[in-house]
Amino acid sequence: MIDWPLVSVIIFLPLIGALIILFIKEDELTSINIKWAALLATLGTFILSLILWLQFDYSNPSYQYEEKFRWFDDFNFFYHVGVDGISLFMILLSTFLTPLCILASWNNIKKRVKEYMLSFLFLETVMIGMFASIDILLFYIFFEAVLIPMYLIIGIWGGNRRIYASFKFFLYTLLGSVLMLIAIIVMYRNTSSMSIEFLQGNYFSYNTQLFLWLAFFASFAVKIPMWPFHTWLPDAHVEAPTAGSVILAGVLLKMGGYGFIRFSLGMLPEATEFFIPLIMTLSIVAIVYTSLVALAQTDIKKLIAYSSVAHMGIVTIGIFLVNQQGLEGAMMQMISHGLVSAALFLCVGVIYDRMHTREIEFYGGLVQRMPLYATVFMIFMLGSVGLPGTSGFIGEFLVIVGAFKFSSYVVIGAAFGIILSAVYMLYLYKRIIFGTITNNKLADILDINTREKIILIPLAISVILLGIFPNLFLDPMRLSLELIITNYEIANAK
Amino acid sequence: MLNNIYNIFFIPEIFLACSSFVCLLFGLFLKKNAFRQTSNLAVFVLLLTILLVYYDSESNFANYKSLFSHSSFINFFKILALLGSIASIIISKDYFLGIKLKNFEIPVLFLFSTLGMMLMIASNNLMSMYLAIELQSLSLYVAAAIKRDSISSAESGVKYFILGALSSGILLYGFSLIYGFTGSMNFDDISFYLSKYDNLNLGLIFGLVFVMVGLAFKVSAVPFHMWTPDVYEGAPNSITGFFAIVPKIAAVALIYRFCLVPFENYYLEWSQIILFLSIASMFLGAIAAIAQSNIKRLLAYSSIGHIGYILIALVSANDDGIKAASIYMFSYMIMNVAIFAILLSLKVKNEYLINISDLKGLSKSNPIVSLSISIIMLSMAGIPPFIGFFGKFYVFIAAIEKELYVLSVLGVLASVISAFYYLRIIKIMYFDESKSEGIINFQISFQSKIILSLSLFVIICFIFYPSLLINISASLTI
Repeated sequence: MIDWPLVSVIIFLPLIGALIILFIKEDELTSINIKWAALLATLGTFILSLILWLQFDYSNPSYQYEEKFRWFDDFNFFYHVGVDGISLFMILLSTFLTPLCILASWNNIKKRVKEYMLSFLFLETVMIGMFASIDILLFYIFFEAVLIPMYLIIGIWGGNRRIYASFKFFLYTLLGSVLMLIAIIVMYRNTSSMSIEFLQGNYFSYNTQLFLWLAFFASFAVKIPMWPFHTWLPDAHVEAPTAGSVILAGVLLKMGGYGFIRFSLGMLPEATEFFIPLIMTLSIVAIVYTSLVALAQTDIKKLIAYSSVAHMGIVTIGIFLVNQQGLEGAMMQMISHGLVSAALFLCVGVIYDRMHTREIEFYGGLVQRMPLYATVFMIFMLGSVGLPGTSGFIGEFLVIVGAFKFSSYVVIGAAFGIILSAVYMLYLYKRIIFGTITNNKLADILDINTREKIILIPLAISVILLGIFPNLFLDPMRLSLELIITNYEIANAK
Repeated sequence: MLNNIYNIFFIPEIFLACSSFVCLLFGLFLKKNAFRQTSNLAVFVLLLTILLVYYDSESNFANYKSLFSHSSFINFFKILALLGSIASIIISKDYFLGIKLKNFEIPVLFLFSTLGMMLMIASNNLMSMYLAIELQSLSLYVAAAIKRDSISSAESGVKYFILGALSSGILLYGFSLIYGFTGSMNFDDISFYLSKYDNLNLGLIFGLVFVMVGLAFKVSAVPFHMWTPDVYEGAPNSITGFFAIVPKIAAVALIYRFCLVPFENYYLEWSQIILFLSIASMFLGAIAAIAQSNIKRLLAYSSIGHIGYILIALVSANDDGIKAASIYMFSYMIMNVAIFAILLSLKVKNEYLINISDLKGLSKSNPIVSLSISIIMLSMAGIPPFIGFFGKFYVFIAAIEKELYVLSVLGVLASVISAFYYLRIIKIMYFDESKSEGIINFQISFQSKIILSLSLFVIICFIFYPSLLINISASLTI
C-alpha cells in the first residue's frame, strides 16, 4: 500500500494549482500560461487518481487510504478522508472530466481566463473532497462549497439569462442543504460522532430517522434532481458555459445519488423502507414526464438537461430497490451518465462554438460536412439511449433486472422511460445530423479539430469500455455495496 | 483586596478612564495634526488596556461592593470590544482626514464609549448597568452627529438620541419595578430572591419585559430596530463602522448576562420574548435587506439578521449557547471590520462609496478588492469554508442541544433568504457589465491594510486551525 497521504494530495493538488495561477499576472500573452497551469494541475490529479484505482484492494469493503486528524478540539470532528468502492469512481469521474473541461474552454473563454481557471480548480478540489470525506461535517462543508465556484461559473461566463439561472441554482440547492446541516447536528447530538463509518452501524430511533430522512431527502432530491425539484436544472444547464454544464451533469448531479446511498440507505434504513414507495412514484413520474418534456424541446442543451432528469430517475429507482443488481445498476448508470451527458454537452459545445446557437431548427445535415462529428455524436447518443455495448445499457439493464424483484409496475415505468429516451435522442440526432444541409450558414462548417478530438475520443473510448467490460468497474464497488445492503437488511429485519 | 494604592491604576477601567482624559488634554494642547496624533495615542491606550484586561486577575472592579463582576466571559467580551474599537479607529483615520473632519474629539469619544462598554459588560448591578449604558450611548449620540454641517448626520444623531433616551427611560422603569419587587439592585441578590420564590410575580414580569425592550433596542433586535438603518445611513461611514462593530458586542454581552445571571430561574418567561425577537430579527433582517440600494442600510439590516442568530444561542441558555455566542460575535466583528476597512477606502468619482450599484465593474479594475468583498459576503451568508459558517454552525448546535428544532429550521431558512442579498453584491461586482471603467478608486493606508489582511486571513484560515478560538470560548463562564 501507499504510505503517503495520496487522497489528500489528490484533493489539494488542484488548489495548489489555483494558488500558483493566482500569482500569474493576466494579460493577452500570459493567459496561455494560465491555461497550461490549470491543465497540468488537473492532469496531474487525474494521474494520481489512477494510482488510487490501480492500488485499490478489491477484497476490502470498507474505506481504504484513510487519513484521520483531529480537527476541532471540542467535539468529534475529524479531517477524515478515504476511498471505498462507492466513492472511488465518483472521484475518478471528477478527475477525468475536469481536464476535459479545461480543454473544452481553451478557446471559447476569452474574458477573465484567470478567474475561470481558479473557479474550476477550486471546484475540482471541493468535488473530490466531498466524495472522499468520511466525516459528515467535512462532507457538508465541501457539499456547500461547491455552490461558490458553480455560481460564479454560471453567472460570469453564462448565457443571456445567466443571472437568473445562477441565483436559482444557488438558492435552490442552498435551501436543500441547510436542512441537511440541521440533520447532521441532530445526528451528532444523538451519537456524539460525525464519522460516516460509525453512523452506518448505529441506527436512530424510528421517528428520528423519519425526520432525518426528510432533511437529507430535501438536499439530495434537489441535487440529483428528482421531479418536482428539478426546475433549477434546465435553467442552469442552458445558461452555463459548456464546461459548466459538463461538470454540472457529469459530477454535481451524482452528489445527490452518492448522498442517497451513503446517508439514506446507510444510516437511515428503516426510514428508507418507509419512504421507498414515495421515491419510486416520484422517479417513475420523473422518467415519463421529463422524457415527454424533452421530446418537445427546441434547444439542444435543454433537451439533454431534461434527459438527465430522466436518467437520474433510473438511478433513484436503482438505489432504492436496495438489492445488489439495483445498486450496481444505479452506480453504473451514474458513471455512464457522467460520461455520456458530459460528452453530449461537449458535442453541443462543438457546434455552438461554430454557430453560436443551440436551436435544433438551425441545424440539419451536419453529416455532410462533419462526418467525424456525426460518428462520435452517434456513440454518445446511443450510450444515452442504452444500446448494448455502450455504458448506458449496463446500468439500465441491471436496474430493470433488480426492479423485477421489487414490482413489475416499476419495471414498466422504467422500461417506458427507456423507450422514450430512444425516441427523443434518435429524433434529435435525425434533425441535427441527417438529411441535406438546408441552412446556408452551415455550408462551410468545419469538422472537429485536434483539440476537440483529444476531448471527445477518450470519452468515446470509455463509454464503449464501460459497456464491454463492466466488471472492470463493478468489481471494486461490489463489496462496498454489499456491505450497505447487508446493514440495511439487518436493520429492517429487527 | 487591594494591598497597594498604585494597583488601582492597573485596573483596566480606571486606566482607560484616566488615559481618555489624558488623550483629551493631549489633543487640546496639540497645535498641529491633533486628530492624527490623538488617534494614534488612543490606539496605544486601547492596546495597553487589552494587556491589562488580559493580565487582570483579582484586583478588579468586582471588589467595589459588587457593582461589577469578573469572569472569563466578561474578559473575553471586553477584549473583543477593545479589539473592535482599535480596528475601527485605525480603519477610519484616513476617512476622517479625507472628508476633512479633523476633530480630535472623535477618538476621545470612541475611548469614552469603549469605557462605557467595558463597564456595561462587567456590570453586576442594575444601577451600574444603567450608568454604563448611558456613558457609552452619550458618546455615540455625539459621534453620530459629529459632522455638524451635514443635515443627515445631525438628523441621525438626533434620531439616535431621542430613541435612545426613550429606550433608556423604559429600561429605567423596568429597573425600578425589579428593584421594587425584589428589594435589591444586585444581580446576585435578585437571582437569590428569584430562586426562593417559585411563583410568578406579575410586577417582576412587567419589569423584565420593560428591561427586555430597552435591551432589545440596544442590540437593535426587531421590532425595536427602526433606528438602526437610519442612523447607519446618516452618520459618516466611519462612525457607522464603529456602530456596527463595537456597541453590538457590548450590548450582546449585557443581554446575555442580564438573562443568565439575575433571571436565570425565569427562563420560561424571558425565553419567549427572546425567541420572538430572534425569529423576527432573522427574517426582517433577511427580507428588508433585499430592497436596499444603499450599502450602509444593507449592512444595518444584515447586522439585525446577525443579532437574530446570536439570540438563538441565548434562547438555548446552555454552555454551548455561550460558546456559540462568543464564536459568532467574534466572527461578526471580524467580518464587519473587514467590510468596513474596504468601504472606507473605496471612492467613486472622488466620493466615498454609498450605492451598491457603484460597485459595478469593480472586479475588472480591482480584482483583489472584489475577491475580498466576495469572500466577506459569502462568509456573512454562512457559506463554508469561511468563518461565518462556523458561527452559525455553533449556534445551531446550541439550539439543537436544547431541542429547539423549529427555531433552528427557521434559522436556516432565514439564512437562505439572506444569502440572496449577499450574492447580489457579488453579482453586481462580477456579473454586471460595466461600461465606464476606472471610476472606482481604492486607496488604503498601510495600517488599514494590515487590519484588512489580518481579518481576511482569519476569515479564510479559521477552518485550518479552529481550536484556538474554540478552546477559549468553550472555557468561558458567565
